Amino acid sequence: MGAGIKVEKLNAFFGNTQALHGIDLAVNANHATAIIGPSGCGKSTFIRCLNRMHETNPIARAEGKVKIGDTDIYGKGTTPVEIRRRIGMVFQKPNPFPTMTIYDNVASGLKLNGFNDRKQMDEVVETSLRKSALWDEVKDVVKKKSGASLSGGQQQRLCIARALAVDPEVLLMDEPCSALDPISTAKIEDLIFELKENYTVVIVTHNMQQAARVAEFTAFFLMGSLIEYDKTSSIFTTPADKRTEDYITGRFG
Amino acid sequence: MANSGRVSLRRNISNGVANFLCIAAVILVLAPLCAIFFYLIVKGAGSINLAFITHTPKPVGETGGGFGNAIVGSMYILGIASLIGVPLGVGAGIYLSEYGPGMFCNVIRFTADVLNGVPSIVVGIVAYSLIVLQQKHFSALAGGTALAIMMVPTITRATEEMLLLVPHSIREAALGLGIPQWRSTLSITLRTALPGVVTGLMLAFARVAGETAPLLFTAFGNQYWNFKMDQPTAALPLQIFVYAISPYEDWHKQAWAGALILILLIVVSVALVRYVTSRGVLRGNH
Repeated sequence: MGAGIKVEKLNAFFGNTQALHGIDLAVNANHATAIIGPSGCGKSTFIRCLNRMHETNPIARAEGKVKIGDTDIYGKGTTPVEIRRRIGMVFQKPNPFPTMTIYDNVASGLKLNGFNDRKQMDEVVETSLRKSALWDEVKDVVKKKSGASLSGGQQQRLCIARALAVDPEVLLMDEPCSALDPISTAKIEDLIFELKENYTVVIVTHNMQQAARVAEFTAFFLMGSLIEYDKTSSIFTTPADKRTEDYITGRFG
Repeated sequence: MANSGRVSLRRNISNGVANFLCIAAVILVLAPLCAIFFYLIVKGAGSINLAFITHTPKPVGETGGGFGNAIVGSMYILGIASLIGVPLGVGAGIYLSEYGPGMFCNVIRFTADVLNGVPSIVVGIVAYSLIVLQQKHFSALAGGTALAIMMVPTITRATEEMLLLVPHSIREAALGLGIPQWRSTLSITLRTALPGVVTGLMLAFARVAGETAPLLFTAFGNQYWNFKMDQPTAALPLQIFVYAISPYEDWHKQAWAGALILILLIVVSVALVRYVTSRGVLRGNH
């Protein structure tokens, strides 16, 4: 099952530059939430704060409170490693491990964390690839072909399968379709629809139609601040803030 | 039309000239290597026989005998050197690329570059005073240590460069899966860079395999078989050196043969390691 995320007074910094200013936002479990806004507004920084990927940059730090379910992810005694197992991530550019087969790519999250039951691994790999709608295309070559030999769209679905294999509660997607053609994009959007049943999805997107298509809720960011957060239908039809309206009608950004 | 014909003629000619220059450069680079190899075969192949690779040297005045103990001794010393040098060099390379940047990293990098330029005889003296003087006798361990010191900077820098070529997105993918940093570095980043890292290892190996100076007063050489770490050990470069400067005609021949064996040893081990690692890495790409 998916878990909800509650963000309170989240500030994020790169060195002395503040990238996020006091974000308060609650992501609903088992729904898709879209993050929109112009380039450089802090969308990616925001979702990278949700699974502590933000701090992998040596000059970056974050303060505030982020809770997934009942766990305070920045609390004492929680480690980035365990948080990232619960909150998976799909990146902008497909990034399969180039030296691994399709199978090993999907199994990597388990294998490299010491999980070794072969039979169960086969099962997890198959279910994950089915969930990411890739199984039918690759089932005959999972142990033969390298992940890097797939097409861009397939690679991205492989990355989704890889993230799902460790059984996360939340899936963060950072512009997952920006490097893909329209057909692959449509496949991934269909996929997000199905994933919502079992996972909480947070998706950063530059494409407002995409936000409208896949997400029940949409948050609009501008210059590191959360401007508006509401049901997607309200954001796109009756935005409360003038700046949101300007952005979605294409007057800037 | 006429004009474009002239342009394409000019392009064809300059293309031809550039091609020719490239091919000429390749030939110029390969020529010395082929010449050395050819010369060694002409001079040395005649003296290679079973006795040469299985026997120890005969005393002056007796014919026959061989470099068997030197061949094995060289492998032994190089084995010790690799055992010490590879983990240290690769470890330092990982540190520089994965845990940098920082002041400390700059110091390590600078030190490695300086160490790379230190004359090999000086490295020999270091190993001599660190090990030989303490143990009070020459040893294979001292020889191996001297060679290891020479391998480390090359391996460190090559490992660092190769790891830095691995895209950042690969590291992020691993961290994003909740894989601990050390595991991701070893199983994913290093693995991805492995072919390049192995090339660096082989360069370092080949470079020290023929070193004579650092072995002069560390491994020292030996007329007999030795398999003990703490005893003087024969090595091919040393034996070649001694035989080449001797006044005896048949020793000269054996020196040529020894040089040929040394080169073959390097070529075979480099090819072997490359074959094994490339097979392992490419398994996923078919």
